Amino acid sequence: MSQKLEKLIDKKGLRLDGRKLDELRSIKIEVGALSNADGSAYIQQGKNKILAAVYGPKELHPKHLALPDRMVLRCRYHMAPFSVQERKSPAPSRREIEISKVIREALEPSIFIEYYPRTSIDLFIEVLQADGGTRCASITAASLALADAGIPMRDLVASCAAGKVDDTIVLDLMDTEDKVGTADVPVALMPNLNAITLLQMDGILTLEEFEKAVNLALEGCRKIYTMQKETLKAKYIGVKEVEE
Amino acid sequence: MPTFFERRQLVTPGDLIAEGEYIVGENAYKEDNKIYASRVGLVEYENKRVNVVALKAFYIPKVGDTVIGTVIEVGFNGWMVNIHSPYLAILRASDVLSRPFKPQIDDLSEVLNVGDLVIAKIVAYDRAHDPQLTVGEPGLGKITRGQVIKITPTKIPRLIGRKGSMISMIKQETGCHIIIGHNGIVLITGKRLEDEQLAMMAIHKIEKESHTTGLTDRIAQLIKKEKEKAKQKEEIKSESKT
Repeated sequence: MSQKLEKLIDKKGLRLDGRKLDELRSIKIEVGALSNADGSAYIQQGKNKILAAVYGPKELHPKHLALPDRMVLRCRYHMAPFSVQERKSPAPSRREIEISKVIREALEPSIFIEYYPRTSIDLFIEVLQADGGTRCASITAASLALADAGIPMRDLVASCAAGKVDDTIVLDLMDTEDKVGTADVPVALMPNLNAITLLQMDGILTLEEFEKAVNLALEGCRKIYTMQKETLKAKYIGVKEVEE
Repeated sequence: MPTFFERRQLVTPGDLIAEGEYIVGENAYKEDNKIYASRVGLVEYENKRVNVVALKAFYIPKVGDTVIGTVIEVGFNGWMVNIHSPYLAILRASDVLSRPFKPQIDDLSEVLNVGDLVIAKIVAYDRAHDPQLTVGEPGLGKITRGQVIKITPTKIPRLIGRKGSMISMIKQETGCHIIIGHNGIVLITGKRLEDEQLAMMAIHKIEKESHTTGLTDRIAQLIKKEKEKAKQKEEIKSESKT
């Protein structure tokens, strides 16, 4: 950071963008944003703008990668060169490759991969504008894209982060809070089954703080989950209402 | 033994739809005596069976299904056919040619080439093997004319209608011959291009509004309206000629 920020949380307990400690950024989700993909979703979470597209299931090429007992989920998380303030090289970086793997592993438990052996699903996540917490927003959008593609799933995966800023545990960190703050805990959850599919921690937290952060993030996930369900239903209810 | 939704209500993956002594139907799964939905769709409770009628899905081959596919590869002793499913289908040369065939003499691309459309039936398929096709039955084989459109395979029952009410109505009103592949590909052959286009429009409307009520009547109205429009146009044309 070029200039040192004095306080991330003001005296009233409000954050830089005016949010309360346990408040999510404003979220807008759209399902079926891309017509060429089998399934797609677009999410705006604060300043984050992310597109997710799903192709498949289809026969896998190259064929030697196919698994005889389950399908293969291939995931590419990519940040557009214009997604951050300074141009990012479009080549996949170490960080992007890692996040691709993390997202894949967060989504795989939600899919019935054993139903369709020898096939593959391709998942593309394109970050158009980044402002912290993109892996979580990506998982939220990607899960909706999978459901939109008609792939059988155990549950939708909702994801949200919590972290430590100015010695306080807060929900849904944005970019500045992520960089200046001391810790970040992204969590992904299948709320109906109450199963966590992603849990990471970057920074240092005490045991109590960690527990508090996880619980706060889980609460955020549940809020996002209701939004996911509403969006998915809205796509079809819209048609129904026009006709009746 | 409670159920948590009303009949024909919209559910999303992970929704708890029933608990207790129910039988799991399509697009649902059971865990700890609880039944959850696995796809976006409409719930159906039939006696003890819990079903979700999916609003979007892909085609999974089933032995005995009639499918329409595209030849994408000509091999040494057969063809690979894209049947719009996660798996490619195999059509054997010995099945298409009635005489014994020799790979050295017969040129398979003269019989069916890449890009050709075929109506075929699935004769064998399981988890470990790709589906195998046959064209050795009446009505099957290469498609030579008509229009082909794709709809979501789960909407085929709606397109057919109760005891075929919907599809026979479209056939009668448009005068087209319609073949529905179980994989969601529909072949329409009519005398005129206008008739085919009218049938295509009706089928697209059915796909979009499959989960609404009173659809057959609305489609019938739509076809009648379009027919009148076309008639008026023709009249204007013939008037301007004379």
